[in-house]
Amino acid sequence: MSADLAIETHNLGRIYTIRNRRERRIRKEVVALRDVNLQIPRGELFGLLGPNGAGKTTLIKILTTLLAPTTGWARVAGFDVVREPQKIRPRINMVSGGEASGYGLLTVRENLWMFAQFYGLPSREANRRIEELLRRIGLADRIHTKSSDLSTGLRQKMNIVRGFLTDPEILFLDEPTLGLDVNAARDVRRFIREWLDAHPDRTVLLTTHYMVEADELCDRVAIISQGRVLACDSPEALKRHLQRDALFDIEITAPNGLTSAMLEALPGVRKAVLTDDDGARLSLILAADSALPGVIHVLTERAVQVRHLTKREPTLEDVFVELVGRPLAEEEGSDEQ
Amino acid sequence: MSSEARPFFAPVPKASGWRLFLKTVVARAYPRVIGQQRERSWLFFDVFLSILAVSAYVFVYRAIGAPEEYVGFVVVGGAMTAFWLNVLWSMSSQLYWEKESGNLALYIMAPNSMMAILLGMAVGGIVATALRAAAILLVGSLLFHVQYAVGSLPALAAVFLLTLAALYGLGMMSASLFLLWGREAWHLANLAQEPIYLLSGFYFPVKNLGFWVAVAASIIPLTLGLDAMRQLLFPSGAALGFLTVPVEVAVLAVLCVLFLVAARWLLGYMERMAIREGRLLESRR
Repeated sequence: MSADLAIETHNLGRIYTIRNRRERRIRKEVVALRDVNLQIPRGELFGLLGPNGAGKTTLIKILTTLLAPTTGWARVAGFDVVREPQKIRPRINMVSGGEASGYGLLTVRENLWMFAQFYGLPSREANRRIEELLRRIGLADRIHTKSSDLSTGLRQKMNIVRGFLTDPEILFLDEPTLGLDVNAARDVRRFIREWLDAHPDRTVLLTTHYMVEADELCDRVAIISQGRVLACDSPEALKRHLQRDALFDIEITAPNGLTSAMLEALPGVRKAVLTDDDGARLSLILAADSALPGVIHVLTERAVQVRHLTKREPTLEDVFVELVGRPLAEEEGSDEQ
Repeated sequence: MSSEARPFFAPVPKASGWRLFLKTVVARAYPRVIGQQRERSWLFFDVFLSILAVSAYVFVYRAIGAPEEYVGFVVVGGAMTAFWLNVLWSMSSQLYWEKESGNLALYIMAPNSMMAILLGMAVGGIVATALRAAAILLVGSLLFHVQYAVGSLPALAAVFLLTLAALYGLGMMSASLFLLWGREAWHLANLAQEPIYLLSGFYFPVKNLGFWVAVAASIIPLTLGLDAMRQLLFPSGAALGFLTVPVEVAVLAVLCVLFLVAARWLLGYMERMAIREGRLLESRR
């Protein structure tokens, strides 16, 4: 493994075995991760983009030494996650979205101080860092507030600070903005970016199912679905693959029995996604503009009126649809891990 | 590079080895000690309600004309009940709650020793509960005019500390068992609470249960600990004692080592199983 790699995985896989506790026999095996090969250089903000249950959290657990892989191997900071967890642990930290870690009776400062001690940080330095990080993330005025009195967003900001407090070489952020309002999520993203700018040798692995977050923050993104990495590149490069296609958004009155399959059967239609919430909408990925009249013809035949038609640039959402076959929102319903 | 692009902080040497172990113990003990000061409701629930239970026995003993030392036995037993309840409900079940809140994964992932985390919980629990126990002892002694005749204060302190070490060793061992068995352990603990009150002789000399029952009950460190402390606290304690103090101290020391070794082994087993199966760290929420 190269010394410049913060994380490397080779054919990494994980199968969960669900046993019947009374009969002690294997009832079901669930493949959470299969043949994941990643190489993440130091200093990179790497994103794992995928729906709930895609295997993102399983991958993070393996890399943070909390779960053993079933197949393949993984190295973090140059050390094997199974054989050398004690060498990895001082070098990493993790923050999960929606976590309720710490103790409600303790203040923000006390909770953060406690976790800093588990990493051997001197008390005075811990307190100095707590003040600095809380100031930067906009939580300085809550330093003496009991964490049970914090809102979800503020509590998550405290958790974020906990992750950065030990100045880890590699930081794992598992859905760090999950459940946060727009402003709090923006604050967290800005904070992550600032930290990486100030510590260019540090590495962040971030999982998210928010496209905008991956697009805005990440140097590279791996799209993961049902345990497999389907694509891995910079957001720009991923989108560039679709730039030769023509992307259209069409607002329609009502589908009138129209289905995505009908449109995808037309020549030149690579993907059609029909959403019917709060006004029907049709997203199209066409091989060329010339395929559009065929689509309009089908709409007209079905008496579907076009209210608005836009041609647009590809987004990561389009890349996801192209690779997975469904939009991220539909994927959310699939089996967890 | 802009001013904001300067490093947030410079790297500093971090503690490792035994210094990290000690820092972890202190840090994990902190929430328990400070939590007591922030939630004063324990004054009512833990002291007043315990005194009520003690009073019931005191009135019964006085009604039947039992020796006055029995009142002292009950008060001391009532004070030590606080430690037993702390071990049963706060110590044993703690890893389970840590898992539910997401702390357990962070504890395992950190470079510290999980034994230090458990020891921190125990030390925090001892400090916090010592205050409650002292309050029960003080109020009970004043209320019922208990007379103590301490022969050797160092011996009493040594027996008390050894009892706590063995008792919290049991709690540290149970913490992993609770996590491994989940709700079944919960039900078992619920089931065991009252019988252990009886078998450990919280409110009467355990000798009265008969030799073999008392021997079986001695697996709970409080049984012999309480008996030894009563022998050292009251003039007639020796006559009512189950075994001699040196024998009880020796058994307590063996129990202490046994429970701590078992706690360490079970903790390692729990961690290996958690990492292998991926189930133990999952919160149910």
